[in-house]
Amino acid sequence: MCCPGCEAVAGAIVAGGLDNFYRYRDSSSERPDETSHQPDRWSAYDLPEVQQQYVRDWNAERKLASLLIGGISCAACVWLIEKHLGQLTGVEKVSVNASTQRAQICFDPAEIQPSRLFAELERIGYRPAPATASNSEGMIQREHRAALRRLGVAGLGTMQVMMFAIALYFGGSSGIDGEFERYLRWVSLIVATPVVFYAARPFFSAALRSLRARHLSMDVPVSLAIGLAYTASFYATVFDTGEVYFESISMFTFFLLLGRTVEMRARHRAGLASGGLAQLLPLTATRIDGADISNVPVAALAVGDRILLRPGDTVPADGEVIEGESGVDESLLSGEAALQQKVVGSTVYAGSVNGDSTLKVRITAAGQSTRLSAIERLVERAQLEKPQQVALADRVAGTFVGLVLLAALAAFAVWWQIDSARAFWVALSVLVVTCPCALSLATPAALASATLRLQQMGLLVASGNLLETLPRINRIVFDKTGTLTRGEPRILQIELLRDGWNTQRVKDVAAALESQTNHPLARAFRAWRGNLLARELKVHTGRGLEGVIDGVCYRFGRADFAIETEARIPLGEGQWLLLADSDGPVAWIALGDELRPSAGAAVAQLEGSALQVELLSGDQSAEVARLAGAAGIAQFRAGTSPEDKLAHLQQLQGGGQKVLMVGDGLNDVPVLSGADASVAMMSAADLAQSRADAILLNGDLTVLPRAIALAYKARQIVRQNLAWALGYNALALPLAVCGLVPPWAAAIGMSISSLIVVLNAMRLSRGEAGTTAAGEPMPAAGAPAEQNSWS
Amino acid sequence: MDSLYFLIPIAIIFIAGALKLFFWAVNNGQYDDLETEGRRILFDDDEVPDGRRSEKDGQGD
Repeated sequence: MCCPGCEAVAGAIVAGGLDNFYRYRDSSSERPDETSHQPDRWSAYDLPEVQQQYVRDWNAERKLASLLIGGISCAACVWLIEKHLGQLTGVEKVSVNASTQRAQICFDPAEIQPSRLFAELERIGYRPAPATASNSEGMIQREHRAALRRLGVAGLGTMQVMMFAIALYFGGSSGIDGEFERYLRWVSLIVATPVVFYAARPFFSAALRSLRARHLSMDVPVSLAIGLAYTASFYATVFDTGEVYFESISMFTFFLLLGRTVEMRARHRAGLASGGLAQLLPLTATRIDGADISNVPVAALAVGDRILLRPGDTVPADGEVIEGESGVDESLLSGEAALQQKVVGSTVYAGSVNGDSTLKVRITAAGQSTRLSAIERLVERAQLEKPQQVALADRVAGTFVGLVLLAALAAFAVWWQIDSARAFWVALSVLVVTCPCALSLATPAALASATLRLQQMGLLVASGNLLETLPRINRIVFDKTGTLTRGEPRILQIELLRDGWNTQRVKDVAAALESQTNHPLARAFRAWRGNLLARELKVHTGRGLEGVIDGVCYRFGRADFAIETEARIPLGEGQWLLLADSDGPVAWIALGDELRPSAGAAVAQLEGSALQVELLSGDQSAEVARLAGAAGIAQFRAGTSPEDKLAHLQQLQGGGQKVLMVGDGLNDVPVLSGADASVAMMSAADLAQSRADAILLNGDLTVLPRAIALAYKARQIVRQNLAWALGYNALALPLAVCGLVPPWAAAIGMSISSLIVVLNAMRLSRGEAGTTAAGEPMPAAGAPAEQNSWS
Repeated sequence: MDSLYFLIPIAIIFIAGALKLFFWAVNNGQYDDLETEGRRILFDDDEVPDGRRSEKDGQGD
């Protein structure tokens, strides 16, 4: 066992007879935070006002609680939670959804209180929270189900229509009874109709919306293509003339829906984990009324109330300290990793976490007027000002559809003069022969295939624009803590000062002293906690710790605290702390945040491809310069507030730069929202994940240069596809205008054209090795070949 | 070839049935969680706790 937290969890699991969990799971669980086991911690969730937010009546006796459960990593977690909670008396039914991280628990309020559910979930190592944002959740579920239904209709419809279409193709080349041809066309019409009117409806309504907003989105040409091809085929079927293209319509709809559904799932997944900023605040606070101390809902707090903050508590509202002295972790708000010392008169902000000792606070701002809400508003503003990307496909397809419409109109006008009876038929055949099937498939097929490939590489794409924006990026801005670094302090170096000690004993002693604190630096010692036991632990806020181990009194902290005189701090990286006993100093320990192993390689690769790399950190310390040096980043800024970061970004964008922001903290969220493209780390604040264009799942930063390379390749393939489709159509259009294309040739040509486009796009989903392999015969692409040094 | 006049409508009726089944499944939440359900079958339901702790030691990190 690596720490007492894990041991407690494993103990609870095995004692419950649930040790099968260790057989079923396929990935390790998160390491639980063992610092905050207070038995009455969850009792506030039993308050009726608080229960209203996440518990509803199931029937007369039973209630249903929806919980958001952090830390679910695989299906075994679902099994464990369902089994463990199911054993409790009073719990009727438990159902856990691993994709949404939600649990629905049906329980009998007469036998069990919700707080017990929370406590039990924590006991087996998960982080429960009430799922309060249930409205958006319901919407997401409806959207998801509707998308699946549409996909099913389009998929089944396409298969059927393709079958009839093959019969028609062969009929076209080797002869078919007119009677059968008519019959097959009518059948195709019947099957394709629900595909167009049900499955493709989102495209039509989105196109209408965008036309009303006087903006030409991708949906407009898509709807025109589907609508016109369907109308032409319908006309051809009813009046038994011309060609039908039901199979192209269905296939086109199916592929577009497939791409959009995959993208939507990724977006929902990012959004679902987040309940927004409200989830960062506790639901309850401890209010002091004279001599009384009571748990009240945070919503009931008002300016002027006095509250008690215990170590480990999240500050529920902005306020002023009236009693006590403590270090407060504001990293969520400012990015500053070190604890901020708060004394009487200092201000504490909602969302920060109280560190080492108890504080009494008088509230100065609650609800919408807190600093946390100010950041939320900053995020909204940044999103409004985000540079709009005009998709390549939008522009090309828009122009193309316009040209085709003009050509059809011209053909109609000319034929009206020559032979008015054939004019309508010729105009339709122009529309159909140039059916923008291959053209419209060119972009979605390539983007869908690249998105899937990125997901395999560990980058979950949540925004459709990302792949089109990435190749245009010329500057990458990294956040420091948690992005370039692991976001956790580690022991960098130990310098022994006394004979008879070794590094292991130093670690054990320090870990024992740190075992009771919430200080972020204490996490560095987690692995050795429990090897020795310290008694009479005392915390000297901002200075260090004191405790007795095996009868010897140790001090650990700043040098002027540990030995009460100034001492020469050794040279070397990190923050140096001194361990001493009553006889004098024992050892120096250097603590610091460690660079991710992939950071150096990633920066080198990015700079190798002429991208500028910059480090932007909210941290004040000289650590920023040290880490920038270690990662090989020449440009860095320290001590930037969220506002500074956003201003710096907008200044860069004003200078014509396209910026990719990589970050993880809440203080990065405004920049993530405002950047041209943004990537959040998997360990990032939920809000940061939901506002980023993509999420880096495995923390491997070298995925970024590979993703950019893939985006270049995707753009290249989109251009090849567009060039092919335009070239084919440019050839077919004049022939069709002159009425020279035999129907079977047009059908086969168009199908092969579509197939080539799809196969070309599939090259993206193969490994990176296939970059130069010549696949299908390609037309010389009009696009300049973007070669990348690393691909 | 005349059999086509019967067989294709029958096929279409089957397709309609399949779609209806699919809609029912989607609306019932059968596709809401694509990750867990595939593995649920691997979980033994009613195993008696028998305290085999020895093989678990050192695994729970």
